[in-house]
Amino acid sequence: MALLSTPRSQVDLVGKGRPIREHLFRIALLSSLAVALIFLGLLLAYTLTEGWPRLDSRLWENFPSVRRPETSGVLSGIAGTLWIIGLTAVMALPTGVLAAIYLEEYADNTKWYNRLIELNIANLAAVPSIVYGILGLGIIARWLDFGFTVMTGAVTISLLVLPIVIISAREAIRAVPPSIREGSLALGATQWQTIYRQVLPASIPGIATGSILALSRAIGEAAPFLMLGAATLVRFNPDGVWSSFTVLPLQIYNLISQSREEFHILAAAAIVVLLAILLLMNSLAIWLRNRYQKRW
Amino acid sequence: MAAGHNRATAPGPNRSLARSRPRYGEAAIKVLLLAAALVSIATTLGIVAALLEPTIEFFSEVSFGEFFGSTSWGPLFSPPAFGVWPIIVATLEITLIAVIVAIPLGLAAAIYLSEYATTRVRKIFKPVLEVLAGIPTVVFGFFAFSFVTPLLQDILPFTLDPRNALSAGLLVGVMIIPIVASLSEDAMSAVPRSLREGSFALGASKMTTSVSVVLPAAFSGIVAAIILAISRAAGETMIVAIAAGFKSIFTFNPGSEMATMAAFIASAGSGDAPVGSIAYKTIFAVGSLLFIMTFAMNWFSARMVKKYREVYE
Repeated sequence: MALLSTPRSQVDLVGKGRPIREHLFRIALLSSLAVALIFLGLLLAYTLTEGWPRLDSRLWENFPSVRRPETSGVLSGIAGTLWIIGLTAVMALPTGVLAAIYLEEYADNTKWYNRLIELNIANLAAVPSIVYGILGLGIIARWLDFGFTVMTGAVTISLLVLPIVIISAREAIRAVPPSIREGSLALGATQWQTIYRQVLPASIPGIATGSILALSRAIGEAAPFLMLGAATLVRFNPDGVWSSFTVLPLQIYNLISQSREEFHILAAAAIVVLLAILLLMNSLAIWLRNRYQKRW
Repeated sequence: MAAGHNRATAPGPNRSLARSRPRYGEAAIKVLLLAAALVSIATTLGIVAALLEPTIEFFSEVSFGEFFGSTSWGPLFSPPAFGVWPIIVATLEITLIAVIVAIPLGLAAAIYLSEYATTRVRKIFKPVLEVLAGIPTVVFGFFAFSFVTPLLQDILPFTLDPRNALSAGLLVGVMIIPIVASLSEDAMSAVPRSLREGSFALGASKMTTSVSVVLPAAFSGIVAAIILAISRAAGETMIVAIAAGFKSIFTFNPGSEMATMAAFIASAGSGDAPVGSIAYKTIFAVGSLLFIMTFAMNWFSARMVKKYREVYE
């Protein structure tokens, strides 16, 4: 006596379960993401264990020395990086945001020159950073005669991160719905009043997130500085924008180039400091995005 | 947003809807904004200007035939040699290794994130890719040189130089995974739902839908992502300078030390080649070649992105 015998028509609709290759495919996809995760974990763990013996105040209280690794530090690199980032923030962020406002709010996309500007920015974002080093060397250091100074480095890096700032600021501005602008214009505000009082305040979280990510790119950049005379051993902090300098990533590069093992440990310790700064900035950016991003 | 919005001042019989007086402030602001946007054009012009003059001077001293027709490179040696092929081959070889690593891993990550992942899984893996993208290349170089190379020396049957193309290429590959993954994911997310639903309705499985429907539909975007990644790999400097070295030998052996174009620029540019010397000009000639190669790839990539945007958005 079958109490609940299933009707024949329903049996036919029951699937045979997913074929095995579906599972394999899914596992293959997931494991390639796992590779990225494992790599990241390995990189952090290795650098931390390598650098641990030198991860103390000697690192950020001393200037570099090729003869005495035990009292050698990266103070001048940290100071140089702070100078460069400060100046880059002052130069690249306003310029980038203004350019983004132009492209999103004013530019008429049917005009050839506006399309040229857009295509050009997309291209510049992917130009190798060493080519920016050539720009810095040929035009800023030599032709403008800024020399191998903090100013040259900051201008070069500003130009390098400018496309990134523009692209992310444009996305933030584009996310503000047109109805906000239309409401403001309908009440009699001019276009600039609309942008300044409605669009910009609404897009600030997005712009800030993009700016922080752009600046963290600038902090990690080393290649252009190789061309700008920042490669030499610098045993002093910059005392102004016309002072010579070095940056932390380049000091790490120099330490790796030394043959003695002590310097590699020092390099690992300096990398931990660099990564800590970057992770902090990245988390700040992600937090800002999650906390303040408006859903319209 | 069209420029210039008409303002009605006050109601009245003879008031036109045209603006009553010109607003100079608004116009000035627009000029300022345009000037900011033009900085990017100035940057490109600056790069071209920086490269052009020394490159022309270089080719007035070294013939095109010698530059592209010989396989011996050593502009800083005496007597100097200007056959550019060794550094081109090194660049292509390291780029190829990187692409072999990054395309399967990056594409698989993109398919998973776009087609399979739940919101919670995305929340874990997206930041991982973002952090990976944010790691300075000098750090990848250090890891390649002091961890990956010794590891490979232990497990591989052939000999590896302490600085070699293989581990540099592998790490450049890891570096470009986030580029491939995030841009391909954007392209796949832009594929309309209706295509997937049509495929499911015809009885296709998730895997068939992903591989045979979504992937081809996002093809131009994926090509754009891969080309952009290749361009980044070809121009990468710090990883190759640290892990692949500066020796320019004409070889295809991935276990050998080799200098790429970017590594040559870095080493010659950080040395003290006197301004105006032929060694100094060589930096710019190689720079021009690298700039033209990457610029062509970037331009093509931007074109492809535009194509898929036009189709689906």
